[in-house]
Amino acid sequence: MKQFTTFLKKEFAHVLRDRKTLLILFGMPIMQILIFGFALTNEVKNSKIIVVDYAKDMASQNIITKIEASRYFEIEKAMMSAKEIEASFQQGIIKMAVVFPPDFNKDLLHQSTAQIQVIADASDPNTANTLTNYVSSIVQDYQRDLDKTSLLPYRIEPQTRMLYNPQLKGVHNFVPGVIALVLMLVCVMMTAVSIVREKEMGTMEILLVSPFKPIMVMVSKAIPYLILSLINVTTILLLSVFVLRVPVNGSIFLLFAESTLFIITCLTLGIFISVKTNSQQVAMLISLMGMLLPTILFSGFMFPIENMPKALQIFSNVVPAKWFYIIVRDIMIKGVGLSEIWKETLVLIGITLFLMAVSLKNFKIRLE
Amino acid sequence: MKDTVIKTDKLTKRFGDFIAANEISFEVYRGEIFGFLGANGAGKTTAMRMLCGLSAPSSGKAIIAGFDVYKQTEMIKRNIGYMSQKFSLYDDLTVLENIHFFGGIYGLTDKQLEMKSKALIERLGLQQEAKKLVASLPLGWKQKLSFSVAVLHDPKIVFLDEPTGGVDPVTRRQFWDLIYDAADRGVTVFVTTHYMDEAEYCHRISIMVDGRIEALDTPKGLKQAFQVQSMDEVFYTLARGAKRGD
Repeated sequence: MKQFTTFLKKEFAHVLRDRKTLLILFGMPIMQILIFGFALTNEVKNSKIIVVDYAKDMASQNIITKIEASRYFEIEKAMMSAKEIEASFQQGIIKMAVVFPPDFNKDLLHQSTAQIQVIADASDPNTANTLTNYVSSIVQDYQRDLDKTSLLPYRIEPQTRMLYNPQLKGVHNFVPGVIALVLMLVCVMMTAVSIVREKEMGTMEILLVSPFKPIMVMVSKAIPYLILSLINVTTILLLSVFVLRVPVNGSIFLLFAESTLFIITCLTLGIFISVKTNSQQVAMLISLMGMLLPTILFSGFMFPIENMPKALQIFSNVVPAKWFYIIVRDIMIKGVGLSEIWKETLVLIGITLFLMAVSLKNFKIRLE
Repeated sequence: MKDTVIKTDKLTKRFGDFIAANEISFEVYRGEIFGFLGANGAGKTTAMRMLCGLSAPSSGKAIIAGFDVYKQTEMIKRNIGYMSQKFSLYDDLTVLENIHFFGGIYGLTDKQLEMKSKALIERLGLQQEAKKLVASLPLGWKQKLSFSVAVLHDPKIVFLDEPTGGVDPVTRRQFWDLIYDAADRGVTVFVTTHYMDEAEYCHRISIMVDGRIEALDTPKGLKQAFQVQSMDEVFYTLARGAKRGD
């Protein structure tokens, strides 16, 4: 135990004395939160939506046929209560729900106006916006058709509700993304570089000859970055709540627990890279190209994964940041609990265990 | 009766078809300064890694400080010190912090550390520099400090892998004074070197060529056997026959 604390003390000295790196470490999340202040617009195709038709009359059927005819949606028809709809949103099964009230046609014929409820998952504001616009224009289209055959002007009003993010703030979307990005950068690159530095300097040899267990060398290397990363998560959350006014709707405790899990995933990745490489430059290059790029591209916070070719969609599943992004977004914005995100959590744990096993195996081989 | 601390018997390391160390057998005694010579690629580093418990031998036997090189690597690691050709202290830690760190991972207590670091700093005359970063020390001092740290936990054997590379002759001489001090205290010194003047400082030397130990004796004995005036000539006579190079 004494050996371990001695080692930890030394690791903290390394980190804290390197002022430049420290500045980057703590400055980066702040910069990114402030820079990523814009959202990207995207076309959305084949989004899963649910149509709840309480009316089951001619007008509602006609509109549903029109919606089905457009290529933007994948429609499922079902009778659902408001509660069930909410649950489907939380589980991320659907992106939008269109609800026709009973007596839809009757209202339209007798009062010349009728209403449709359109509910969208606005935790991804771009998609939500696009989807509701599509539905609105389809409804308008139908309205025009009616007007042609009748003397009375009809009005159908889609009542739009943006769930989770009523003002469609883009920031809601990118805060979880920045958390993933920063953790990836800090944990993977810093750990990899700091272990490889010992190899380059020749101190790793001295450590390996000492009775200090090699596995403990790795563990004590990782601990300072774990703590730094948790500080970074706190900074980002504070900034997002008090500067960007993005609330944390779910449990803070759960959010930190999941972040710790993802940090461990990243640290393991960093250790894996360090086992495989022998120079700081190579370690840095692999961390940047091999880790950071996929995180930006495939986590879904910049480019919707739904729009990618199938092969890339499948590939995105091995990117740990994708799962973490979904988890953080759901906790922060949708305010869900562990029961809604246990699948993603399990995937993340799986990836972590796999990486640990592979690094351990490679580490042993290297010692030979 | 001499006290044997290193004993190897036909110790061999193969990497596929390549035999890096080929049936090397020798003994090193307590308090001895044993020079381990050989051209680059002769297999010195491989042999040394096996003796330190870093690399498992392919065949043969070796007992280091009374422990088996196959099964008791943990105990071997506790009883040896090591200093590599690369300078191996932390530049961004102070002299004192380096001493405390390396002493600490060998399990020295705070009390021991305090005593030993004080004695070490006095011996090296580093009182003024104790709280400065190692990066600010001249190379010669770093090497001396590095050696002192390697023997801080009173190991039975200290392995030095080309410890004086890039150091001027005066500092080298001072460095060897430290080695003699350690040997007098009963520490066995196992040293590899490229400098033939350093070979002369050793009690006994072995010369490796192409993975085998081709000669093993005192410097004087070797010169007599080859009927030459200097260690340089002994070395060249043997190394000329080498098939492996860099």
